[in-house]
Amino acid sequence: MSHPLENVTPFDVAFDAPLVLERGGVLPSYQLRCETYGTLNAEKSNAVLVCHALSGDHHAAGRHHPSDPKPGWWDHYIGPGKAIDTTRFFVLSLNNLGGCSGSTGPTSVNPETGHLYGPDFPEVTVLDWVVSQARLADHFGITQFAAVVGGSLGGMQALQWAISYPDRLRAAVVIAAAPKLNAQNIAFNEVARQAIRRDPNFREGRYRDFDVVPASGVGLARMVGHITYLSDVSMGQKFGRTAPRAEYESDGVNFAVESYLRYQGEQFSSRFDANTYLLMTHALDYFDPTCGDQIALADVLKDTQCRFLVLSFTTDWRFSPSRSEEIVDALIKARRPVSYVRLESEHGHDAFLIPDPTYEAVFGTFMARLAEDLEGTQ
Amino acid sequence: MIIGYDRIEGWIQPHAKVLDLGCGEGLLLSELSARKHVDGLGLELDPQKIIKCLTRGLSVVQQDLNTGLKNFNDDQFDVVIMTQTLQAIRRPDIMLQEMLRVGREAIVTFPNFAHWQNRIQLGIVGHMPVSALLPNPWYNTPNIHLSTFKDFDSLCRELGIRKIDRDTMSFSGHASWLGSLWPNLFGEVAVYRLGRGT
Repeated sequence: MSHPLENVTPFDVAFDAPLVLERGGVLPSYQLRCETYGTLNAEKSNAVLVCHALSGDHHAAGRHHPSDPKPGWWDHYIGPGKAIDTTRFFVLSLNNLGGCSGSTGPTSVNPETGHLYGPDFPEVTVLDWVVSQARLADHFGITQFAAVVGGSLGGMQALQWAISYPDRLRAAVVIAAAPKLNAQNIAFNEVARQAIRRDPNFREGRYRDFDVVPASGVGLARMVGHITYLSDVSMGQKFGRTAPRAEYESDGVNFAVESYLRYQGEQFSSRFDANTYLLMTHALDYFDPTCGDQIALADVLKDTQCRFLVLSFTTDWRFSPSRSEEIVDALIKARRPVSYVRLESEHGHDAFLIPDPTYEAVFGTFMARLAEDLEGTQ
Repeated sequence: MIIGYDRIEGWIQPHAKVLDLGCGEGLLLSELSARKHVDGLGLELDPQKIIKCLTRGLSVVQQDLNTGLKNFNDDQFDVVIMTQTLQAIRRPDIMLQEMLRVGREAIVTFPNFAHWQNRIQLGIVGHMPVSALLPNPWYNTPNIHLSTFKDFDSLCRELGIRKIDRDTMSFSGHASWLGSLWPNLFGEVAVYRLGRGT
C-alpha cells in the first residue's frame, strides 16, 4: 500500500453567510482552502484542528504528489504513528482568512467591486480566524474537536479556541507561543512592515494593478523575521563565519549567513503576498486575550473546559519559555488542567517544526492518551 | 512503591485539590486519582518522568522546586505533598512555609538520619551513612539537607507549623513496635501531616 499521505488533495469550502470581523470589517462571503489527513470517525469525535503560524498554510503534512520535493510544514508531527497519529485522528488543516494560499485574502476578488481586495482586505484577528474555523467545523459536522493544536501564532489560535468555544475542544496544545506580543515582538513586526511599505513597488498595496511585486520589501521582511526564528547557537553551528558557496561570491556577499538570508528572502517573496504579510503581522500584534490588561489572564482562562499542553523551547527568544510560563501560571491560577515542558533545543523559535525525540515523546504521549480516552468513551 | 502510601491516602479527602512536589512518574497522583478522585497537579523537573505522567493522563508542570512556588496563589490546594524530596531542596524551611501557604495542609515524607543503622555507620564505623534510602556517596548526593525526626520537630516548632499527625516506618513501609517506641532511633522514614499554626 502506498503511503497514505502521498496524494493529499487540497479543497475549498465556501461560506455565503457574512462574517462580521472583530475590527469592524465584514466579509460578505469567503472560502477556506483545506486539507485533511486520516478518517473522521462515525461519532465525529476524533478531529484535530491544526492552526498555522505567520507564513504557514493548509499544507501541513504529506505530499500532493509522491514526487513533491518537500512535504507539508509539520510533516514531522502529523502522519501515521507520528505525534498527531493519522491512524487515530482526523486532522483538519486550513489556510487562514487573509492568507495567500487559496483562502479568501488580499489576492482574491472582492465580490462587491469585482476587483482584487489588495490593501482593502479588512483587518483580521486571531478571534476572526477562530470564528471562521468554528464555521468550518460546522461544515464537517464536528461539534467538538479532540484537540486544537498550533505553534507560534498557531498556538495563539489554540488558546483563543479554548477561550471562545470552551465546549468545542477537549484539549488545546499551545507550542512556542505567548499570551500576547511584547514591545520587542511588535518592533520586529514593524521593521518587517516598513521594509514592505518602503519598497517603491509596494504602491500603497496596489502593486498588482501595476503588474509589479514588492519582492525586495517582502524579502527583507522575511530576512528580519528569519533571524528571530533561529538562535545564536543554531546560526553559529549552521554558518559560523564560513564563506558562501562559490556562486554567491561575486555578489558582495562575504559570509554564508548572508547568502542564506538572501536566498530565504527571495524564495519567500516569490510565494508570499505582501498585503497578507501585513495582515498576518498585525493579527499577531493585536492578539491580547486580556484586552490590554483589563482582565487578568487567569480570569480569561477560568471558564475554559479543555486540558492544556503547553510547550516551549530553551533557545526560543522570539517567544521565550517565560512567555509560555505566563500561560501555564495563569492556567494553574485558574485551576485548569495543564501540563508543561520546557524542551531543550538549539533551534530557537523554529524548534517547533524540527524533529526532536523528547518533543515528539511529550507531544505524542499527550495525544495518545487523548486518543485512548476518546476510544474508551465510545 | 510509595513509602507510607496508605497513611497518605488516609489523610486525603475525596476530590481534594492536591499538589505533588517532585511527583516523579506520577505513581502517587495516579493512585490518589483512582482511589480518591483527587484533582491533582504534579511538579517535576525531568521530562522523561513527565512523559510517564502524561501516559497516566496526569497534569504535570515542569518546574524546579528550588525556584519556589511563587507562581501559585495562597490556599490554592487542600494538600501539598512532598515525598522523599525535602532533603534535596536548597531551603527546606522556606519550602515548608511555601507548602503551607499554597495548601491548607502539607504531607511530607523524609528519611531519618538518626536511624540506628546510620548512627552505627557514622558513630562507630566513622563513615557517612549509605543505605537503600540514601544510596549516594557524600560527594555526589542530591540529599544535601539530611535531618532527624527530632530536628524536623524543632524546625516545625520554630516555624509555627502544626504537627497534625506523624507516623514512622521502615524502608519497606512497615510499622514496627520499636519504631513506635523510639521513632528517632528505629524509624527509617517519617510521614508527617502538617497544618498552619501551632
